[in-house]
Amino acid sequence: MGKNRVLIVGTGVVVGLAALVLTAAGNPANMGFCIACFLRDIAGGLGLHSADKVQYLRPEIVGLVLGAMLAALAGREFRARAGSSPALRFVLGAIVMVGALAFLGCPLRMVIRLGGGDGTAIAGLLGFAAGIGVGVVFLQKGFSLGRAYTAKRADGFVLPGIMVAVLALLLIAPACIKFSQAGPGSKHALWLISLAGGLIVGALAQKSRLCMAGGLRDVFLFRDFHLVSGFIAIFLTVLVGNLVMNGFHPTLAVQPVAHHDYLWSFLGMGLVGWGSVLLGGCPLRQLILAGEGNGDSAVTVLGMLVGAALSHNFGMAGGADAMADGAFVPGGVALPGRIGIGIGLVLLLIISISALHKEDKAK
Amino acid sequence: MIDARGYSCPMPVVMVQKEVKAHAPQTLEVLVDDPCAVENITRFANNNGYTASARPDGGDAFALTLERKA
Repeated sequence: MGKNRVLIVGTGVVVGLAALVLTAAGNPANMGFCIACFLRDIAGGLGLHSADKVQYLRPEIVGLVLGAMLAALAGREFRARAGSSPALRFVLGAIVMVGALAFLGCPLRMVIRLGGGDGTAIAGLLGFAAGIGVGVVFLQKGFSLGRAYTAKRADGFVLPGIMVAVLALLLIAPACIKFSQAGPGSKHALWLISLAGGLIVGALAQKSRLCMAGGLRDVFLFRDFHLVSGFIAIFLTVLVGNLVMNGFHPTLAVQPVAHHDYLWSFLGMGLVGWGSVLLGGCPLRQLILAGEGNGDSAVTVLGMLVGAALSHNFGMAGGADAMADGAFVPGGVALPGRIGIGIGLVLLLIISISALHKEDKAK
Repeated sequence: MIDARGYSCPMPVVMVQKEVKAHAPQTLEVLVDDPCAVENITRFANNNGYTASARPDGGDAFALTLERKA
């Protein structure tokens, strides 16, 4: 096994362990690490939406960005770059978030859910793979968001700077910052543990280039199984950890913060897969790239924050299955979410076609 | 020669793949400025019958030379 393969598999194992540790330390079940959920919580904590059960400034996100930044600076890979269709990337980030929150998780949480026995996530996995397949077709036909250019060094520190401010707001906790008193947002590990988990994973993900969408994309495009080995390592680590800690509960409904609306889980994660391929990486990868100084990814992350806010303000986010007084209360994606996913699919098609280039050929 | 400077992954390796599929060149020069692209193109080359060597090419850029294995 080569050095790079060890790094990507090792990163996957560490991400899986971090998810298990963070869940044991207080994060919601099957949600030790979830980029979409945690960005949604940050959007809520900042008051961008008013869903009172999902409001908390998650230090994991801060750690991911700062860990990636520190690793990039140490490895001389920090490069301030921007200019590759930032407005389109903002929209794509928002669309990806609408799809992820309809499903109730980003690709990383999808794998973590599967490792906990959540059979409802299988529909998400199939949709994610299908979305990546569609994105790959457009890549092969010449889709491109264009070149990025060297930017002012300060530009590369914008998202890390915002993350430092988020951490400061969490610790100072002024009255304007919202903290959930119930629901997923109220469940969290001690901030220092969360921050440490984020820093470690952020640094390793920067070095290994771990990307959930990139894994399947490279398999489809190049028959290259390098990145997907990290994806598999996360799943196996979480699976084994849950089996050891009695946290593996295989069912096709009533899983923690999940629903059994298979069709809309498939379509929601289809949006995530397709959008992530167009963006060049999954939500986790966007955070890491932003930490490396990529201004376009920073804009994408801001788009994801806005997408999270819109998801909850417009009722597009999925509702979780629940048991109330011994009775099954089904969750799922309501009409606004279905409309949001439909609009997202149409927008992805328009963007995919409009950004087909013919000049990106060998000179 | 392929100038993939400014493009982020996976675009540089997609551009290389298209050129290899279309013309199967004996040698191919590729300019990139993303370390991730160097790794991906090198891996692609090794998996597709080429050797790849990279050298710094001023600033953040790298020049990769792909040569078809005998």
